[in-house]
Amino acid sequence: MLIKIGKWLLFILFALTITGAFIWAPLKEGLGEFTRVIYFHVPMAWMAVLFFLLAAYYSYRYLQSKNLLFDAYAQVSNEMGILFAILATVTGSIWAKQIWHSYWNWDPRETSIFILLLIYGAYFSLRSALEQEDRRARLSAVYSLLAFVSVPFFVFIVPRIYFSLHPEPVLNAQGKINMEARQRIVFFSSLILQTVLFLWVFNIRRTQVKLKMILRRYEETKTFKEN
Amino acid sequence: MKQTYLILIKDLQQEFKTRYAINAILLFAIVTLSAVSFAIGTFTAGEQVLSALFWVILFFSSMSGLSHIFIREEETQTADTLKLVAKPVHIFLGKFIFNLLLLMVLEVVLVPLFIALMNFQLQSSAIFFLTLLIGNFGLAGGGTMVAAIISKASAKGALFTVLSFPILLPVLISGISATKKAAAESALSSAQSELQALFAYSVIIITASILLFDYVWNE
Repeated sequence: MLIKIGKWLLFILFALTITGAFIWAPLKEGLGEFTRVIYFHVPMAWMAVLFFLLAAYYSYRYLQSKNLLFDAYAQVSNEMGILFAILATVTGSIWAKQIWHSYWNWDPRETSIFILLLIYGAYFSLRSALEQEDRRARLSAVYSLLAFVSVPFFVFIVPRIYFSLHPEPVLNAQGKINMEARQRIVFFSSLILQTVLFLWVFNIRRTQVKLKMILRRYEETKTFKEN
Repeated sequence: MKQTYLILIKDLQQEFKTRYAINAILLFAIVTLSAVSFAIGTFTAGEQVLSALFWVILFFSSMSGLSHIFIREEETQTADTLKLVAKPVHIFLGKFIFNLLLLMVLEVVLVPLFIALMNFQLQSSAIFFLTLLIGNFGLAGGGTMVAAIISKASAKGALFTVLSFPILLPVLISGISATKKAAAESALSSAQSELQALFAYSVIIITASILLFDYVWNE
């Protein structure tokens, strides 16, 4: 019952936020209508980093416990992560065409999301090159953690050292948020609601993977007993 | 410490017998360098292009040779014996130092040739050689670790470059930027932030590799 109410609440709030992003929130001077991308682009980039963190966490759990379930979770997080990294790249690139007049110009922010995409790509090509299941799980977990070392460098350090045209990030050096009140409300509700929605999607995928694994174990023991 | 030394000596002796890695890495560097030199000529490229080209040649030549250290153990099926005689940390360090030496040999050949063929003028050789020295640690650290990961996979050669690139890109970016400074300015302090970033990243990647190597090596 509580879950059902939560779902309806999420639906209504989401509808309100999307409407608010297009109608209610004021535009920023100089950016015009292109201000509105912030309510969708920034949460996507945030989700890409969040799923990357989750993948590293599950990889660590796998190495600790050697339970293949955690490896499957790590794979699911990486799948969701690559999806959001692509979405953030595409929305950012279209926005850049309008404001900077080029789809891609190796701004530090563009470099950092590109590296994130490369790491995700490398992770999946490593998985496809390893056949033995526990070896695949172990080595891709190690790679996930190793790549995790370089990501903070790109996401948090490089864009702050080198000159960037990118609008100031939400967590900027001064710790201030340069937004009007109504923009702020829409932005943060969009950020929170998207996080909740996609973590919920992630949870469904997790359950699905878990059930698949239980089913497989059951069938394996069944054939084992028949023989 | 002694075990690390013994593994290094063993790898050096093996390398002297076949000279596989050193040949691959040096020939790759010379071929790329001459191709670039033919295409660009001596006086046309500025220091910006040249410092990027230098690191591109260095990176891809090292990609052709650094992975051999672990692939060799798999091909000759000596990995299991090695597991019995030495601790993982010592194996990693021994092979890391071997790759470090390999990169230094590469640079001893590549740097004079590059300076001569491309007419690359250094304002500050201190910055340049310091960048190379710290960069070597980063390249060898990341390269050795990825080599250990891919030695069990199929399609090793292509995979090695694909996996190394995102991990070694911070080294590449700060290396290129520091080399530009070496060509443009003479004071060592002008490249301070690049050298700091390079040093910090090399330390981080080597530490992470040592911590994670246990999981790669022990099945």
